[in-house]
Amino acid sequence: MIRTRVVSLSVWLALVALALLVVARARYSADLSAFLPRSPSAAQQLLVQQLQDGLASRLILVGIEGADGATRARLSRALATRLRARAEFVSVSNGEDASQDRDREFVFRHRYALSAAVSAERFSIDGLRAAIADTLELVASAAGLSAKSLFVSDPTGETLQVIDQLQGAQPRRESGVWSSADGARALLIGETRAAGSDTDAQAQAIGLIRAEFAGASTATPLQLLLSGPAVFSVDARVTIEHEAVRLSLLSTTLIVTLLLLVYRSLPTLLIGLLPVACGALAGVAAVALGFGVVQGITLGFGVTLIGESVDYSIYLFIQSPQRSLWRTIGLGVLTSICGFASLLPSSFPGLAQLGLFSISGLTAAAAVTRFVLPQLPVTLKVADLAPLGTAAARLLLRLRLPWSVAAGLALACALLLYHDRDRLWNRDLSALSPVSAAAQALDASMRTDLGAPDIGDLVVVNADSEQAALQWSEAVGARLDELVDQKVIAGYDSATRFLPSSRTQDARRASLPAEQPLRSRVAAVAASLQLQPDALQPFVQQLAAARSAAPLTRADLDGTSFALGADALLWQRDGVWHALLPLRASGLAGWGAAGAASDRPADPWAADPIDIDRVRAAVAAVAPGHILVMNIKHELDSLYGGYLSEALHLSLAGLAAIVVLLLIALRSAARAARVVAPLLLAVLVVAAGFALAGTRLTILHLIGMLLIVAVGSNYALFFDRRAAEREPSALPLTLASLLIANACTVIGFGVLASAHVPVLSALGATVAPGTLLALLFAALLAPRRVLAGA
Amino acid sequence: MNQPRRLAAALIAAALLALAQDAATADTNPELDRLMGLLAQRRHGEADFSETKYLSLLRQPLQSSGVLIYDAPDHLEQRTSAPKPQSVVLDHGILTLQIGKRQRLLRLADYPQLAPLIDSIRATLAGDRAALERVFALDFDGTLEHWQLRLEPRDPALAATLKRIDMRGERAAIREVQVLQSDGDRSVMSITPRE
Repeated sequence: MIRTRVVSLSVWLALVALALLVVARARYSADLSAFLPRSPSAAQQLLVQQLQDGLASRLILVGIEGADGATRARLSRALATRLRARAEFVSVSNGEDASQDRDREFVFRHRYALSAAVSAERFSIDGLRAAIADTLELVASAAGLSAKSLFVSDPTGETLQVIDQLQGAQPRRESGVWSSADGARALLIGETRAAGSDTDAQAQAIGLIRAEFAGASTATPLQLLLSGPAVFSVDARVTIEHEAVRLSLLSTTLIVTLLLLVYRSLPTLLIGLLPVACGALAGVAAVALGFGVVQGITLGFGVTLIGESVDYSIYLFIQSPQRSLWRTIGLGVLTSICGFASLLPSSFPGLAQLGLFSISGLTAAAAVTRFVLPQLPVTLKVADLAPLGTAAARLLLRLRLPWSVAAGLALACALLLYHDRDRLWNRDLSALSPVSAAAQALDASMRTDLGAPDIGDLVVVNADSEQAALQWSEAVGARLDELVDQKVIAGYDSATRFLPSSRTQDARRASLPAEQPLRSRVAAVAASLQLQPDALQPFVQQLAAARSAAPLTRADLDGTSFALGADALLWQRDGVWHALLPLRASGLAGWGAAGAASDRPADPWAADPIDIDRVRAAVAAVAPGHILVMNIKHELDSLYGGYLSEALHLSLAGLAAIVVLLLIALRSAARAARVVAPLLLAVLVVAAGFALAGTRLTILHLIGMLLIVAVGSNYALFFDRRAAEREPSALPLTLASLLIANACTVIGFGVLASAHVPVLSALGATVAPGTLLALLFAALLAPRRVLAGA
Repeated sequence: MNQPRRLAAALIAAALLALAQDAATADTNPELDRLMGLLAQRRHGEADFSETKYLSLLRQPLQSSGVLIYDAPDHLEQRTSAPKPQSVVLDHGILTLQIGKRQRLLRLADYPQLAPLIDSIRATLAGDRAALERVFALDFDGTLEHWQLRLEPRDPALAATLKRIDMRGERAAIREVQVLQSDGDRSVMSITPRE
């Protein structure tokens, strides 16, 4: 006896030490790779890459509301100045004059490299005459005595041409700074130095903005609005942490109070929690060994999933440790493992980790309950729960659920679910998003106002070099221009608008005439257009300079507001250059011609009027294999939809495995059916309840249903055990232990159901009623004689 | 790079001042406030214009003619019919230039240096002397029957391009608007109200 104890405890301590070692050395990750499939497509990879540390993920959108336009503009300038002085920000843009002047200077200086109108024909005698006459019309129009200062340097109007090309990228200005389309909100964009996935650094940057805003803010009440992916993740983390602390405090208090009432001793309570702690430890260690890295999602949910291991010690302490108890608990663990094993093959790494965590955690918890707890040198004190069990048995004897009624209920639920089958599941990833609809709407409106990169439809160019990426972007752009003409799309953005490929720049430079021929052509044109002979002297000189100018490179964009655009639309990673060409749907006119006053839909994702297949067909011939056309929301939803469908199929396989396991273990179809029936019924009723309430199910509801089966199988097995035993154990104690175990589960998940985070509340709202129903149905469907002994 | 557009808007607005005209009642008291009062009463006006621009860059002056249309409080339109059709429309703060096939839109508020000028022009049409004087020094001369009003920018930045605007009118009808640029280029617009 002593030997057994020594062996058990030493093996246990050794394993705990080993697990602690593994856990301490494990790599933990809170990034989005948990959501990236194991073998992602190129589009998915790019997507997750962008979400992790793409420029879009590093942008914080800032809005200032309240007071009047001049006050908002003053604060916008003050805030931008303060933030620019901080190392946390790479750049802060608010459209103020300084950057506007640099933008103008940039466009004017590089007009011959940038203007798409530059060609040999344009600088022939006829071309020059036509272009100069056009510009002269502007000068001579009501529009312009002073256009002449520009006219003498740029009589062919290339500067205006470039401005037209760039229109669509410029937000509205109010009192000299960027503002929303309705003029009621000043807007800024901050680019953080830290990656978007570095939530700590992002939280710091956001705190800095708030502090500087408070510092720069005058007495006038102004509101600060923040949005962007980083703001969302920081907010989500704060909410989840806050919720987790609040809810776990609440549920721990409730459960500990309940268990103290039952156990009447703190040591017993602590020992009862030992299996959970060991299970969690084993779970983390197994995931670290199996996956190399432990995802935040695993830590967050894992312990919730193995909460059922508290039940083991409850069963042990309340019922007496007989051989048949261990058999029942063992079978319960095995059914749970079958259920959770269905998560293991998931291509969603987050789910696969949860599966491994649950399996190893439950196994470890059961083993500790079986081999360690009885060996611990403490006296367990438990309240006498026989009266509770007796009362419950009496009640149950009066409440009977005939099998015919149960079958009818199951059928009704199944029919309801079948009827609602098309809208049963929410395949929209946003259903899981902790970001509120209001916050999403704010983000969409700020993004639309700023023309910030992140809209739904994209063409992506992948190339080996910057120049190849730019050249292919230009080729794609040519096709997209045709689609704009055909009104398939309203427009698109491209880095080549402010950074043409050197091939294009070379071609434009080569089409500029040499000084002598140009001089004689200009003289001829000037004469025919009644211009003073020397009026265009500056033009001739500047064009000559442009012919021998160095090519425009990315470095030339520094200091202009185009730099941000260039980084958003063109970047290099792992030796591959990516160029993005975001498409604008017809409803979303840019900041140009027709767009100035149009009503924009608040949510750019609300409608997807772009015929993506036509875009795909149009760009198909350009560099096949290097061009992707994608809709971000569609990609995300299909990714999630794939996980969901797969998880559904795997869960059904898990259910089949449980049935097979029970058939083998119980050696009776009738007994297996009696164990499975209450679980299925509970799952059906809960699912039907959601359908009736109009709640569409997500992957978290599915995991919740797995938990109903995992936890509920223990209940059903206890009733089966009683039915099968020749010398039945004390019924009241069995019933009492089930009630206490179920009360703990319902408390824990019921509290979770009140969470504001959708993933937490979905899980709680599924498991709390589900396990209660599983216990109820298991009791009501058990043979009458099981309850008779009381 | 927005220089031409800015100026364009300024000039159009100046030209459109001419639209406030032909008020029903006359006042014998030749004071600026009375003139403003008359101008403010206009809700709608149409007038023919002919304009001559003297640009140092061109060997001869440019002639143009067309129609001016005003609807209170914020719609102003200059439709040029000769030598080539083009139009400039200011509506709810958005300026639309239609030259040939090309249309350009600019929002006045995007051009903070220009906005005070336009606001002042509107203020004139609305008869708001106080708002007008925030941007320009006003010099009224003559009688209400035959008056001259000179507007000179107070802001040096504005004065760098625009030297002054001279208006001549009879009662509430503006007959001539001269815009003088700081570099000596100028335009003269004669206005004939349509009855």
